[in-house]
Amino acid sequence: MSENLIKPENLVYKKTDALTDRVMHYCPGCGHGTAHRILAEVIEEMGIQNQTIGVAPVGCSVLAYYYFNVDMQEAAHGRAPAVATGIKRVFPEKYVFTYQGDGDLAAIGTAETIHAINRGENILIVFINNGIYGMTGGQMAPTTLQGMKSSTSPFGRDTKTMGAPLKITELIAQLPGAYFVTRQSVHKPGNVRKAKRAIKKALEYQKLDKGTCFVEIVSNCPSNWKMTPVQSNQWMEENMFPYYPLGDIKVPEEN
Amino acid sequence: MKGNEALAEAAIRVGADAYFGYPITPQSEIIEYLMTARPEDRTGMVVLQAESEIAAINMVYGAAGCGKKALTSSSSPGMSLKQEGISYIAGAELPCVLVNVVRGGPGLGTIQPSQSDYFQSVKGGGHGDYKLIVLAPASVQESVDYMKLAFELAFKYRNPVMIQSDGIIGQMMEKVELFEQMPRVEPDYEWATIGKKEGKPATFVTSLQLQAEEQEKVNHRLQAKYREIEQNEVRFETTMCEDADYLLTAFGSCARITRKAMEMARAKGYKVGLMRPQTLYPFPTQEFNRLAGQVKGILCVEMNAGQMVEDVKLSVCGKTKVEHFGRFGGVIPNPDEILLALEQKIIGG
Repeated sequence: MSENLIKPENLVYKKTDALTDRVMHYCPGCGHGTAHRILAEVIEEMGIQNQTIGVAPVGCSVLAYYYFNVDMQEAAHGRAPAVATGIKRVFPEKYVFTYQGDGDLAAIGTAETIHAINRGENILIVFINNGIYGMTGGQMAPTTLQGMKSSTSPFGRDTKTMGAPLKITELIAQLPGAYFVTRQSVHKPGNVRKAKRAIKKALEYQKLDKGTCFVEIVSNCPSNWKMTPVQSNQWMEENMFPYYPLGDIKVPEEN
Repeated sequence: MKGNEALAEAAIRVGADAYFGYPITPQSEIIEYLMTARPEDRTGMVVLQAESEIAAINMVYGAAGCGKKALTSSSSPGMSLKQEGISYIAGAELPCVLVNVVRGGPGLGTIQPSQSDYFQSVKGGGHGDYKLIVLAPASVQESVDYMKLAFELAFKYRNPVMIQSDGIIGQMMEKVELFEQMPRVEPDYEWATIGKKEGKPATFVTSLQLQAEEQEKVNHRLQAKYREIEQNEVRFETTMCEDADYLLTAFGSCARITRKAMEMARAKGYKVGLMRPQTLYPFPTQEFNRLAGQVKGILCVEMNAGQMVEDVKLSVCGKTKVEHFGRFGGVIPNPDEILLALEQKIIGG
């Protein structure tokens, strides 16, 4: 409809073709929609929509294959990096990405994450860290902050018995197979632009065959944090960012 | 050639695109052979040692989802670890080949040969209503032939196919005739993720249906496929069954030993035949039922505590007596004790 009303020369913004028209199921204020969008925009801008194969996780973004208008596979919980390895090894010329949450990537899939990156699988891993299991209803995640309440840490995460929040991104940055590791957010326009640039860089690096690119996006979960979207973003800035500081963690040596 | 090595060579020759595995006794020769044979130079086949059985089966999922010919191999404890992935592969209807060189269990068990994974292979193994096509080779030659058959069936039905070998067949050496190198083929299946085609909707591979009614439809489709497999793909071998009064039945390596017992029984004047299922699923139900009308009793010989015997009983529907004789935990039965069991449990019983 809008295309009929707006002359092409006046069009300043439109939905990318790398997303389908399906209505996303994400809660109001959640960062997933923005993260999907910038990844899809990069895919469109690079003209690689027909050469990209994505892997969806188990978690809130389990249905990501409905939203990305690229070929995708739905992996078992935590196994996306192994599935992506299988894809990339038989299709080395394709662009392959996984899109995973914190429970998927940093708890049940820790082995797959570490070993895929240690092998330097030439894939992009997009890691959404909101410190909670969203889809199953707000249980404690490996990245849940100390003292943070969840349905399985109702009195707050006690690091003595429940372990400390896992900085998996710093961990994997030490692996020789990791080529580009960065931590971003999508809660403000400036951050969205930065995150998008990071994703673009990561997908462009895939052409170089130098190793795994890893983009963490620290995100919010208004529903399970039991906050309004605005409150959740403030809480994220005040609590998540000090523990998970934004910025590049490992950049290619030649840069 | 050693059974495991023959399987590996057959995997290269069948034009497989990728093998993903993890070492475990008694099947490590498969990945060792593949790493040494440098199939990447011969055919472009990918061989990768994964960090775990779990990762290996999920790599198979990824490659199979691209329409590529992918396989993995393991032995019993490792096969247990793969069950999650196998269920997902069956649910997503992806073709692949799984090799289980069975060893004794439960638990870490033993590295000696066994057939105690029959239930796991034939009855599901992982969660949900699904079936694997299960081929049971009794020789190194059949191991090779079944590698070809397994990929044919896997792609015909878009279903995982298991070659259920065991520590005997995997480790023993026999003469073998290898088939000629087959070409690797570039996949162009509409169900495979090979990159979205211009003007067409994207493809996705999934085993998830959040709506119960939709998931039921998937299950109906799977069940219809399994009925078709049961109709078309039953394979078995009968030996001296025409005039048999008594029937011995066994699969895989155990059938070789049982055949010797049959010959000894014949020499003693008993009219004994041997029925060897080559497909454990689909099971040769009708043939068992037919034979049950002819014989006075069936002895099912297995290297387990009695697993296939349940399917034999279901097949014969009480028409004749069915007994089980098994050695397990890695112990291999000898023909003398099989003959004794036949005399005591069936002929004299």
